[in-house]
Amino acid sequence: MVELITTPVIPADYLDVIAPLRNPTVLRARVEAVRRETPNAVTLELRPGRGWEPHEAGQYIRVGVDVDGVRLWRAYSVSSAAGRSDGKFTITVNAVAGGVVSSYLQSQAERGMILHLDLPTGDFTLPRPRPAKALFLTAGSGVTPVMGMLRSTLHEMPDVVVVHSAKTAEDVVFGAELRDLAAQGRIRLIERHTSADGRLKPADVEELVPDLFERETWACGPGTMLDDLQEHWADADAADRLHVERFRPTVLVAGDGGTVTFEKSGTVVDNPGSMSILEAGEAAGQLMKSGCRMGICFKCVVPMREGIVRDMRDGTITTATEVDGDSVLVQTCISAAAGPCRLGA
Amino acid sequence: MTTLQRKEVNPIAHLSAEDIEEIGRRLDAIRDEFLAVRGEKDAAHIRRMIKIQRRLELASRGVLLFSVFPPAWILGTVGLSISKILENMEIGHNILHGQYDFMRDPKIHSTTWEWDSVSPAEQWKHSHNELHHKYTNVVGRDNDLGYGIMRVDEQQRWTKAHLGQPLYNFINAVFFEYGIAAYDLELGRNLKTKKRRNNPEFRARARQVMHKIRRQFTRDYLVHPALAVPVGLAAGNPLGAFFGTLAANAVANVVRNLWTHSVIMCGHFPKDVETFERTSITDETRGEWYLRQMLGSANISGSKLMHTMTGNLSHQIEHHLFPDLPSSQYAAIAPKIRELFAEYKLNYVTGPLVVQVASAWAKVFRLALPNRTPANEIDHSIPPRPVPAKEPATV
Repeated sequence: MVELITTPVIPADYLDVIAPLRNPTVLRARVEAVRRETPNAVTLELRPGRGWEPHEAGQYIRVGVDVDGVRLWRAYSVSSAAGRSDGKFTITVNAVAGGVVSSYLQSQAERGMILHLDLPTGDFTLPRPRPAKALFLTAGSGVTPVMGMLRSTLHEMPDVVVVHSAKTAEDVVFGAELRDLAAQGRIRLIERHTSADGRLKPADVEELVPDLFERETWACGPGTMLDDLQEHWADADAADRLHVERFRPTVLVAGDGGTVTFEKSGTVVDNPGSMSILEAGEAAGQLMKSGCRMGICFKCVVPMREGIVRDMRDGTITTATEVDGDSVLVQTCISAAAGPCRLGA
Repeated sequence: MTTLQRKEVNPIAHLSAEDIEEIGRRLDAIRDEFLAVRGEKDAAHIRRMIKIQRRLELASRGVLLFSVFPPAWILGTVGLSISKILENMEIGHNILHGQYDFMRDPKIHSTTWEWDSVSPAEQWKHSHNELHHKYTNVVGRDNDLGYGIMRVDEQQRWTKAHLGQPLYNFINAVFFEYGIAAYDLELGRNLKTKKRRNNPEFRARARQVMHKIRRQFTRDYLVHPALAVPVGLAAGNPLGAFFGTLAANAVANVVRNLWTHSVIMCGHFPKDVETFERTSITDETRGEWYLRQMLGSANISGSKLMHTMTGNLSHQIEHHLFPDLPSSQYAAIAPKIRELFAEYKLNYVTGPLVVQVASAWAKVFRLALPNRTPANEIDHSIPPRPVPAKEPATV
């Protein structure tokens, strides 16, 4: 009934221009404070809007940031304690070399900025009852979900060891807080500064933490480090005691042409870089929507679940990965595959 | 481009096929240049427009709750008229063109947007984006040339029915949103035979339109008038309040219709705008497509406010060259396009709104009568261009 007042849009669309956090169908958050952790890391305190569900320590969220007018999504671990009474939470963003979103947030994040969110997810969490002996193995920004865990449940864990690697002492995100916890005797902290001491090897960990395999271990950091650890734990027949979190984004590199998979029909075509997806699909008998066939009518857009395409008019590259959410829409009449693509058509 | 070539002065006689392709390359370069700077400024522009329009609409509709009082009626009606114009022109038209799809905001996207017009977005996108923008000013392909009810080019065949076209055009202007819906449905063609009338696809689309008309009608002529009744009761005139708001909505819709109709007439009907023959676009190259857009469109000169209120369709030439670039860029693109026109000695048709509207209306009146000199027979044996096309228009 209320919709009859506002048709063809919905009442929430009007609400959006007044109170963007009140929209029941679009989850957003307002940046309430920005804190610099290290020269390369910044913490954003967020007030989530309607529809938010509290996270569990260790989980991550997808965050949509409008960078130069374009909404880009990234995954960030929640770094604050679970169940804060003020309803706010924090994410901590490390600058990634060449990272569009992370560098934007480093320099542009400010109070009042509106971000888009997805609900917390991930199974990198602590079990109940809490482990009697725990080990956290982190490197670089991998400390963020662990910090969330320590802040939430340290008081429930009697024996905690944290082994953290960073380039220098200055680069340790949450360095002061971790050292403080260590000084209070609440955790045993082992810092490794890779610029001086080199990369941490699984064998080093065994030396630093002799009762390694008696502990339940949570590890987060670069993929190679996690691979090494998993191999080491498997060799010791303790794979079930190691929990890892990987969130290095899939990096797609643009090539020339690629295989296009049409999800619904199951059609798979080889799309050379000189031919549009539309033409390649039609040649393979795929039924496709099309209009002007020159990129101006937008009738041919289809969701790209995963993949990378090139605009044949101007060379613009568009990618879709898991972190983009459901899909990214692409115009098939002027796009050619620049790598393997999976389309929701 | 035979229609051009048969004119007394062929406007492109001085261009070689190589010139035309060079124009295409130059326009592609301009497009790349503006694509590179498209971003935050343009996103902020459309968000700002949406914010202004929604606030203006809320405020106007709020004021119209008191429509029983004449000053409130006037204020509310003016506000609602402006709001509806903004919603259709700068916001709806441009978003439905996909100009702001680059933002990847699902709320501001050509695939999800719906507008305050009785024509469902999806149907309008087909007839406008796909047909009008691709086949711009091609007699017999672009139904925008006279909307199928008028003769706006000497090359269109005259019948007695055209005597009434000044009247049709006026009626179309007053009920323009219905005209567009009928046009998107190709009503004239589809109602002609029983077979076409019963075509399930046509029926489904007609149902879609009827559904939207019902909702738009209910909102403007029932729900909002009813909302004004409580204040009317308090003032002792509930009927006055109901019909006051109803009239306000009707006036706002008609004002919007007259305005959009005028702006759109200026886009392709004024004097010196060229039309093209069906055969002229066979194997059309990208350069030739661009050239057709350049010669087939006309601008409106004026202030920044004028550009906004016309949805930047006052930059019709730029819009037709780059229909997918954001409207917020057209003003900056325009000087470069003008330069290109000057360099290649082409006629950049532009003028103030009043002059262009008058020019378009003059054409409607003039062509209501048969051509004074017999219309040229279209001779398909004439090759459409001096040399065959090198590359197809579509990429």
